[in-house]
Order: sequence, then C-alpha cells, then structure tokens
Amino acid sequence: MISIKNLHANIEGKEILKGINLEVKSGEVHAIMGPNGSGKSTLASVLAGRDGYEITEGSVVFEDKNLLDLEAEERAREGIFLAFQYPVEIPGVSTTNFLKTAMNQIRQYRGEKSLDAVAFLKLMKAKMKLVEIDQALLSRSLNEGFSGGEKKRNEIFQMAMLEPKLAILDETDSGLDIDALRIVAHGVNSLKSKDNASILITHYQRLLDYIVPDFVHVLFDGKIVKTGDKSLAMELEKKGYDWIKAEHGSLETI
Amino acid sequence: MSTDDQVLEEFTSKEYEHGWSVDFEADEAPMGLNEDIVKFISHKKNEPEWLLAWRLKSFRYWAQLEEPKWGNVHYPKIDYQALKYYSAPKKGGKVKSLDELDPEMIKTFERLGISLNEQKRLSGIAVDAVIDSVSVATTFKETLGKLGIIFCSFSEAVLEHPELIKKYLGSVVPAADNYYAALNSAVFSDGSFCYIPRGVRCPMELSTYFRINAANTGQFERTLIVAEDDSYVSYLEGCTAPMRDENQLHAAVVEIYAAKNAEVKYSTVQNWYPGNKEGVGGIYNFVTKRGICAGDHAKISWTQVETGSAVTWKYPSCILKGDYSIGEFYSVAVTNNYQQADTGTKMIHLGKHTKSRIVSKGISAGKSQNSYRGHVNISKRATHSRNFSQCDSLLMGNQCGAHTFPYIDVENSSSQIEHEATTSKIGEDQIFYCKQRGLDEESSVALIVNGFAKEVMNNLPMEFAVEAQKLLALTLEGSVG
Ligand SMILES: Nc1ncnc2c1ncn2[C@@H]1O[C@H](COP(=O)(O)OP(=O)(O)O)[C@@H](O)[C@H]1O
Ligand SMILES: [Mg+2]
Repeated sequence: MISIKNLHANIEGKEILKGINLEVKSGEVHAIMGPNGSGKSTLASVLAGRDGYEITEGSVVFEDKNLLDLEAEERAREGIFLAFQYPVEIPGVSTTNFLKTAMNQIRQYRGEKSLDAVAFLKLMKAKMKLVEIDQALLSRSLNEGFSGGEKKRNEIFQMAMLEPKLAILDETDSGLDIDALRIVAHGVNSLKSKDNASILITHYQRLLDYIVPDFVHVLFDGKIVKTGDKSLAMELEKKGYDWIKAEHGSLETI
Repeated sequence: MSTDDQVLEEFTSKEYEHGWSVDFEADEAPMGLNEDIVKFISHKKNEPEWLLAWRLKSFRYWAQLEEPKWGNVHYPKIDYQALKYYSAPKKGGKVKSLDELDPEMIKTFERLGISLNEQKRLSGIAVDAVIDSVSVATTFKETLGKLGIIFCSFSEAVLEHPELIKKYLGSVVPAADNYYAALNSAVFSDGSFCYIPRGVRCPMELSTYFRINAANTGQFERTLIVAEDDSYVSYLEGCTAPMRDENQLHAAVVEIYAAKNAEVKYSTVQNWYPGNKEGVGGIYNFVTKRGICAGDHAKISWTQVETGSAVTWKYPSCILKGDYSIGEFYSVAVTNNYQQADTGTKMIHLGKHTKSRIVSKGISAGKSQNSYRGHVNISKRATHSRNFSQCDSLLMGNQCGAHTFPYIDVENSSSQIEHEATTSKIGEDQIFYCKQRGLDEESSVALIVNGFAKEVMNNLPMEFAVEAQKLLALTLEGSVG
C-alpha cells in the first residue's frame, strides 16, 4: 500500500528524518514508537503533505502513485487520513458541515456523485454509534472547547466517515482515560479490513493491548532503528527508551 | 448544510463576476454639478416645486461643505465636476407592466441572477430593479397593494404619495447631516420607497437591486422605509457594477422609520466593483444609512455583508427614541487587494430600557485596510439601557490592516455596556487540517471565513445567505499561499 524508501526531510534547514524505510501492506497495522522529538509527528506530517518540509532524499509510493508529487488535499482524496496529535479548532464550522464539505470534495475527485442529505445522515448515525459520539458534539464548532478526549474521539469519527485506505494516528491515545481509549480502539478495530492499513504512532504500549499490531517499529533520531512484533512494545514499556538511546545515541555524537 | 456545499461548488470563476456592461441608449445629464443640473434632474422626474426647493437648498449647503477627512481611508480627491449626475436607459422607466420592459433590461437582470418575471421567481421576494439613475421595474406591486403596502420606485412615490414623502423625506437623515447626505439630497435620482401600514406583516421579502451601468456616472439613490405601528418588513438590498478603470461614486441615503412595535430588518449584500488587483478602479461607496425607532418597542436590525467597493465609508445607525426599542447591527466586511473599508455603526440611546447589539466581523487580506468604527451613546434620559458590542478581526497574510475605533459615551449610571474584541489570523494549521480532509485551499479558506462570519450570516434571509457566502469566498480567492 505504501512504500517509504530512504526518506530524508528537513525543517528550517534542520534534518529531522534521516532515512526512513517502511513498507506497509493492505490489511496490516504498524505501530511506530519512540521518544519525544524523535520525528514521529514529522513523519506523519510529511506523509500527509504539510507545507514547510523539504524532502532532500528518498521516495514514497502510495498505491502506484508518487505521493510526494501530490498536494495535501489530493493525498487525502487518494485515501490518506491523519488523526492529528493536536486537532485544530475551526470556530463557527460544525463537524457535520466540515465533513459534508470534505466528503463531497473527495467524492467529486473520485468521480462519484455527492451524497444527499438523507444518505449522509444515515452514514453519520452509523458511525456515531461506532465511536459513541454525541450528535450535540458534532453540531458544535469543530474542536472548539472540546475536551482532549472529545477531540480524539472526533478524529476517529472523521476517520470512520471518510473510510481511508491508510490511516495514520498520531498519538491518538495520549490523554485518553481508559474508557475513551477502549472506544477509540474499538473504532479503529471495527474499521480494519483487508483493504486498508493503519500506522499507529504511540508513546505507550497500552494502546497496543487493544489494537494488536502486526509490526512495531522504534523511531529514534529520525530513523527506524528497530522493528519487531508486539513483544518489542512490551520490552519498551518495561525498559524505557534508554537502552535504545545507548545503542544508537553514539551515532549522533560523532 | 447542503447550501454550504452548493456554495463551495459554485465559485469557480476568479474574477469579479458582474464586471460586464450593456450598451443601453441613455438619456444623460451633461457632465458637472451646478444648480442647473439639480433642476434638470428634478425636471426629468416631473417633481413638485417643494422637492426642487429642497434639492436646491441641499445643493447650496453641500457646496459650502468640505469632504470629511476623519475616515481611515485614503483616495485621490474626487472631482465632482467630472461626473455625470443623471443617466437613464432610454427605454427604461415608467412601464405599466413588465411586458413593456425592454427585453435587454430583463436580460441584464437575469444575468445578475435577478428575475423580474413574477411567475419565474421561486421565492416570495418582490424586487425593485434600479439601473443607474432610474428604477426600471418593481415586481409584485399588486399583491402587496392588496395589503395596503406601498412598494415602488422613489420617483413614483414622489408623484403618487407626495404626502408621505413630504412627511418622511429627510426626517431621519437630514439633508445637512453630512457631506454625502447633502450631495445625495441635491441630486438623488431614484431608489425605493416602502410603506407598511399599521398592523401589517409584509408577507414577502422586499428587495432593491442596484446596478451601475453607465460610465462616469455617480449613483445617488435614496431609499425610504416607513413601518407603521405593529408592522413588520424584511428588506434586502443588492448591488453590482461593471469593471471600469476609473473610480465611480456611489453616495446613497437610506432612511428607516419604525413606529410603535414595528420591526424592520434591513439586509445588504454590497458587491460593487472593488477595483482590480493593483487597486485601479472600483466604486467609492459613501453611504449614509440610519433608522429611527420612533415608537416604544420598535426594532431595527441592520445586517450587512460588505465585499465590494474600492473604498467604503458607511455606518448604518439606529436612533433608539422609543422606550424599550432595540437596535441591532450585524456586519461582515471583507477587504482584499487594495480595498479600504471604514464601516461600523452608531447606536444612539434616547429612550429608557433601550437595547443595542453590535456584532462586527472584519476580514482583511492582501494589502487592504479594514476599520471598524462604532459609536454607542447612552443619553442621560436613557436609563436602564444596554449595549453589547463584539468586534472580531480576521487577518490573512501580514500586509493588511485591521483597526477598531469604538467610541462609548454613557451618561447615566443604570445602563450597562459590554465590549469584546478579538483579532486572529487564519492559521496555516487550520488550512492544513482542512486540506488533510480533502478540501482544496480555496474551499478551506471559504469554510474558515464563513465560520468566522457565521453569527452575522445567520441573520440574513436564506436566499441572500447563499449569495453572501459565495461572495466572501470569491473576494478572498487567491489571497493565501
Ligand atoms: N516547525 C518546526 N521547526 C523546527 N523544528 C521542528 C519543527 N517541528 C518539529 N521540529 C523538531 O523536529 C523534531 C521532531 O519533532 P516531532 O516530529 O514532533 O517529534 P515526535 O512527534 O516524535 O515527538 C524535534 O526536535 C522538534 O523540535
Ligand atoms: Mg509527536
């Protein structure tokens, strides 16, 4: 589904991603873990097409398309979804209105007809149930005054509505209490199919108790330094990141 | 919900949509302004002596005034002798029925999305269509007439309802009120008159559509709305002009009189030609709009969406004379490129327990300057009165300016005033968030801006709201990235 090769990216002249290699196939769930500042959000932003990054080397192929040639909105329309670590507030725009606009632009891009109000509402009702989100929340200004948990749940709701091929969840689990975490995980699990894939960026192993990944990668200083299965996450949980730093930190000090 | 999407799909064209002009054969006044021109206009309209006298008095007063300089707007000195003050399409004016109207004229308005054909109109909106100096058609007159509502061109009203015009003309905005009001009083050409009798709720929206067509011609229309006791009317005003390289002057006066328990809602979508990207051409929009809540419990509500004009100088105001009367001002002003807007309101509280509410949303992009100027005055007599003002500014880019000039005078101690102001920038992170969900840049901006302006947009009648949302987006196209 997505093939990232030797990806290097700078921001403001500073190299953050230093040669990422990652292959994600349909039906797979990959977890990316790593200490703060290692470049996890940067990787997510670069994949989603945020402005301000300079790609100095490498390639990203998404479903036969050179992803790096596409605008952010085209990537979204092609099926890439990013659940933001810090979802942005948009005053005066309800989630409902926002999603309807987004959905219709995506459908137009794909040569599909706009959803009529009835079909849209029906879809919304179904997805609301899935992530246990309230109609009232969806009518409020997007993310304005939402609690941390509401924001994250709203991200998953949007994901459910847009049904992406590749979902990138950037620390969606941070700041969630155990109930919210369960709801979010349930949402992600029920959307999982053999035709889509997800990349879970997380700090903690606990999310992986609910969503079992096929692969766990450790991102450190802009590189994937270790790959394993769920047991790697357990190990990280127990030992922390210091041993990784000890193994790889020396590279940086040269 | 669905309208938002239609809106987003509709704006594909990037230029000012209404920039074309039509060659009507016109009946024009010679260039320049003097007493003879004033007489010429009055004569063209077969006006009674008293009105000519009123015009001449206004003209003499104007001639000794200086153009006001206090607005936060800058433009070259206007040569008032280099303008024409009257231009009427020859085939226009005075038609008994729409069948007699020049088909070109009907087409012109259809191109603007205004149907003058009563059968064709989907929604119940009566229209008075004004091209340059004259009203060319008013629809639904008969339907309204059965309720005793008068809705006609101003010129017609002068001839057919002189007693009403004599009573109310200049009663809210006196000829000597200010420079542009004096000028308008001297040379006003046409506009709409609307009278709602006691106890009548006007069953449809009344609307005037102004179109400047001729070159080098000033437009000076005059609108007068009188709402008697316990009546209600919602009034809409729209306007466009061709793209021309020279600036054109528009100096209108709107007067609203609301008697006891009457309610008047006045909505404007101002879309005069704003000039090109380099700031060449565009309309100078110098307008005086004022309403008086003359009776107790009267209510006047102004809603404006200002997207056009090179320079806007406009302060729709309310005089709250009746006890418990209410004044409202909801405004969205968008400026882009080199546009300048100095707009706001005056709320003059004279009666007891009067209330006013001001919600102003300024959006600036490009190299434009956008100022809110408001004056809230609560007089000694106006005890237990309240005002709430909220002025929010949204900036796009860092070459534009947003300014707020709120003036507040409270002369008694039982009244309360609240003022809130915010300034924000459209964030790159907001736009990225939208794009990540599949919206292109322009739709993202449109969505964010319409969200920002929502509280004001919600006050517009449905049909207008759609047009207004579209306009906001159009005005701001190309202003990011
Ligand atoms: N806009 C920016 N300008 C400069 N440096 C940045 C910017 N954004 C992120 N960084 C730096 O890039 C590194 C990686 O950040 P980030 O991708 O957010 O890490 P993570 O998500 O793994 O915590 C950090 O050192 C951070 O300070
Ligand atoms: Mg991060």
